[in-house]
Amino acid sequence: MNRVVITGMGIYSCIGKNLDEVTQSLYNGRSGIVLDPDRKEFGYRSGLTGFLEKPDLKGTLDRRARIMLPEQGEYAYVATLEALKNAGISQDYINDHEIGILYGNDSSAKSVIETNDIIRDKKDTMLVGSGSVFQTMNSTVTMNLATIFKLRGINLTISAACASGSHSIGIGYQFIKAGLQDCIICGGAQEINKYSMGSFDALSAFSVLESEPEHASRPFDRDRDGLVPSGGGATVILESLDSAVKRGANILGEIVGYGFSSNGGHISNPTVDGPVRSLNMALKDSGLRSSEVDYINAHATSTPAGDLSEAKAIHEVFGSSRPLVSSTKSMTGHECWMAGASEVIYSMLMMQNGFVAPNINFENPDEESVKLNIAKKTVEKDIIVFLSNSFGFGGTNSSLIIKKP
Amino acid sequence: MNNTEIIEKIRQFMIEEFEVEEEKITPDANLKDTLGLDSLDYIDLVVVIESNFKFKVKPEDFVGIKTYEDFCNYVISRVNSKELV
Repeated sequence: MNRVVITGMGIYSCIGKNLDEVTQSLYNGRSGIVLDPDRKEFGYRSGLTGFLEKPDLKGTLDRRARIMLPEQGEYAYVATLEALKNAGISQDYINDHEIGILYGNDSSAKSVIETNDIIRDKKDTMLVGSGSVFQTMNSTVTMNLATIFKLRGINLTISAACASGSHSIGIGYQFIKAGLQDCIICGGAQEINKYSMGSFDALSAFSVLESEPEHASRPFDRDRDGLVPSGGGATVILESLDSAVKRGANILGEIVGYGFSSNGGHISNPTVDGPVRSLNMALKDSGLRSSEVDYINAHATSTPAGDLSEAKAIHEVFGSSRPLVSSTKSMTGHECWMAGASEVIYSMLMMQNGFVAPNINFENPDEESVKLNIAKKTVEKDIIVFLSNSFGFGGTNSSLIIKKP
Repeated sequence: MNNTEIIEKIRQFMIEEFEVEEEKITPDANLKDTLGLDSLDYIDLVVVIESNFKFKVKPEDFVGIKTYEDFCNYVISRVNSKELV
């Protein structure tokens, strides 16, 4: 069995367009949430969203590559460029080695809608152009990045709702651990346009605390009223320890545990048992005791039921050691398909820089979150081991444990 | 639209939308080998022609078109025949 390490990271999110900006935002507890009036006009119950600028790729990517990329593909591309640079992996190295990609994505709503609008209007499929089909498929991110970077290893998309990004890292870890690949680009991407989140808003799952957008996402707080949708791109480079050592890479962290489970219950209502099984499986895989985990980056999205269940699950498994817990979604909102990957990066940045980012807006606990050791403010802390939780619709759960090298 | 205007419009979208290098655009430039258009670009040509000249191209119309001049002549003939109708 190979040991699996992280040798590169890249991020494009509503709290920063690169690793340095994001580190500053995490340390300072800066929110990336805004109120988008266009959503209200479009018919949303809540106009709250994470905000990020569209990257300008003209001059970086040729026309052919650009017209294939949907919004979330652009975010993923920018994050992957940074991750490869961070890992010291050049195009020449990629050309000479079998590098794979496993990336989380679970929609491409804007492209699908815009394509069909053209067909409805023109009554002719020919007039959608050549880029549409490559933008509209769920595997759009992996098909585009594999082409742009000329990857020759495993190439597939992981769709597991809001646990997609986390499972992509977990499955990448299993591939490398088993010796099937030496290096895999993993991550998650999430579109942030108004077409992508209307059906989610329809469930009344979003916060309506619109008067103070930066205070709307309040995971674990007694007065939370729903999540805030967000998005971007997050990439981690996973590598076998042997491969990393052989090329003299800077090792940033080691993945030591991956746990997963399915609730076996309701499509959207959470359970305690499902996450508990995922947490215990990750701990067992890591060979660590629960008391050895210094920090938990919670999935907690700021929904009343979800946070309550996760708090119970964390307390059940970690109640005796009470590690520091925070949900970075308090600042970023819920980055959905990207969240599991971005939150590994946020936690890695905390580990590298010796702090735990705050769970902002946590003012009053409820009956379950009161049992957890939640970081209200930034805590200076040497993190040796952290755990990151991600859960999704259908009851899919993923827990990753990562250790300082 | 006269022939000079049609040719100028084609030159413009080749440079701006297809990012073809201006100095490569000559009458006998081969669309594939010299201007670098691939099979997917031909699909986009259909879209660009429809939006600029308001007629629909069938993919099979491209069969005999090899050079930039062939392409311009094809568009000119289609625009003129449409105007005659």
